[in-house]
Amino acid sequence: MKKQAVVINAKDNVATVVDDCPAGTILQYSLGHSEGTVQLQQDTPMGHKCAICEIPSGADVIKYGETIGRAIAKINPGEHVHVHNVESRRGRGGS
Amino acid sequence: MFTMWKVGAGAAVLESSIWEQMKMEFLGYRRVDGRVGIRNHIAIMPTSICSSTVAFNIAAQVPGTVALANQQGCCQLGTDHEQTARTLIGLGKNPNVAAVLVISLGCDGITVDQVAGTLAATGKLVEVVVIQEAGGTLQATAEGVHKASRIARQVAHLQREKVGASELTLAIECGGSDFTSGLAANPATGVAADMLMTWGGTAMLAVTTEFIGAEHILARRAKTPAVGEEILRIVGQCEERSRLVHGDLRSGQPTPRNISGGITTLEEKSLGCIYRAGSKPIQGVLSYGEAPGGKGLYVMDTPGQDIESITGMLAGGAQVAIFTTGRGTPTGSPIAPVIKITGNARTYRMMEDNIDIDASSILSGEETADQVGQRIFEEIIKAANGHLPKAESLRHHEFGIHKISPSF
Repeated sequence: MKKQAVVINAKDNVATVVDDCPAGTILQYSLGHSEGTVQLQQDTPMGHKCAICEIPSGADVIKYGETIGRAIAKINPGEHVHVHNVESRRGRGGS
Repeated sequence: MFTMWKVGAGAAVLESSIWEQMKMEFLGYRRVDGRVGIRNHIAIMPTSICSSTVAFNIAAQVPGTVALANQQGCCQLGTDHEQTARTLIGLGKNPNVAAVLVISLGCDGITVDQVAGTLAATGKLVEVVVIQEAGGTLQATAEGVHKASRIARQVAHLQREKVGASELTLAIECGGSDFTSGLAANPATGVAADMLMTWGGTAMLAVTTEFIGAEHILARRAKTPAVGEEILRIVGQCEERSRLVHGDLRSGQPTPRNISGGITTLEEKSLGCIYRAGSKPIQGVLSYGEAPGGKGLYVMDTPGQDIESITGMLAGGAQVAIFTTGRGTPTGSPIAPVIKITGNARTYRMMEDNIDIDASSILSGEETADQVGQRIFEEIIKAANGHLPKAESLRHHEFGIHKISPSF
């Protein structure tokens, strides 16, 4: 079966969706040598991320095995992870 | 032939005794200075833009020669002048270059002594043509053809010999990115880079603009705190330069287009880029065009412009480049093979003339990044042995030296 999500690093708590996927889709992904599944809570476009486990508010969002930002609300498994619930810890430049 | 090995189940294979027993080798040209080339080019090197046409005239007539399309070399000041000189000298020293024919107008800012003198001192075979002394374009072209053809007769017969993969320095470029770059082509290239360095080779991670937002993570990977500080310094300097022209590389990132494509933060965007260099500790930070002082992973301070970035890494001694792309790009180099990889299946179909490796199998789940990484490593060794990647087979000879100030 064609995979619909990629988890880059075994430390990651998000998967990246590689097709436009409607809410309710059960995504299969590989994590290290094991496989996992998660059910999408929202429509998730290609290239966007969903949580593969619960991410508490204030916790690091991990992709590439590194922190890409901080959850600003609790994020449930399968929930769309993006600018509405993640804040950069850096990269705000002069602002 | 050698390097008979099969794609295994993952990077873990590297640690296995089977791999240890196999000598990772290729056939290369051992140069006088001890370095090993994977090509046997005669570089026709204009010291400035004014001698570029004569250089191309000569290269059109003599087999085995390549002209470098130098657009700089005059009316440059200070560190900008030094950078152009360092780059030309570095390209001449590159072991893919068997010999150099330096073409000078005669009054260029970069002098013959500076380039030819420095190269000759390294043992490189060097000849010179000065247009103002030869008698103009036609006489200079004739003198150049005479000299280049004599060099060709001297170097064409040089034989390759068996050497270890540790002799290789890999330039790693990323350009025309899309969301697949950080998911497929870059992680797989990172696996290949780690494999090369496990075999004792060297890799260069470049494009300082792509570090912005992840510079703290790169700095943590530095071998020493001083190297980490140097990484932060080149990122700060790059941002400072952007402000001089009233640009801003950080705020406004990720761009609205990035965000609609799924990139949430600048950290995420930059991490996707730097993943292509693998996971080894960073041994040092190189100025544009500077050669590394040892083996392993080095960061080079280059711009986001692909051609200038690759030219800088080749001036630093890289013999082969990997170029990951999402949208697809045709570019190559006059002196080195440039291997293209995309994780976007549509791009591969649309740009199959130009792209060597389709890494989209990582997204579809048919292959892992480790498996594609091993294919990439295999392709690097093939190119080192003389196989032509597509850019090279199509004579893509893009060339550009990065300037750090306007001309005066």
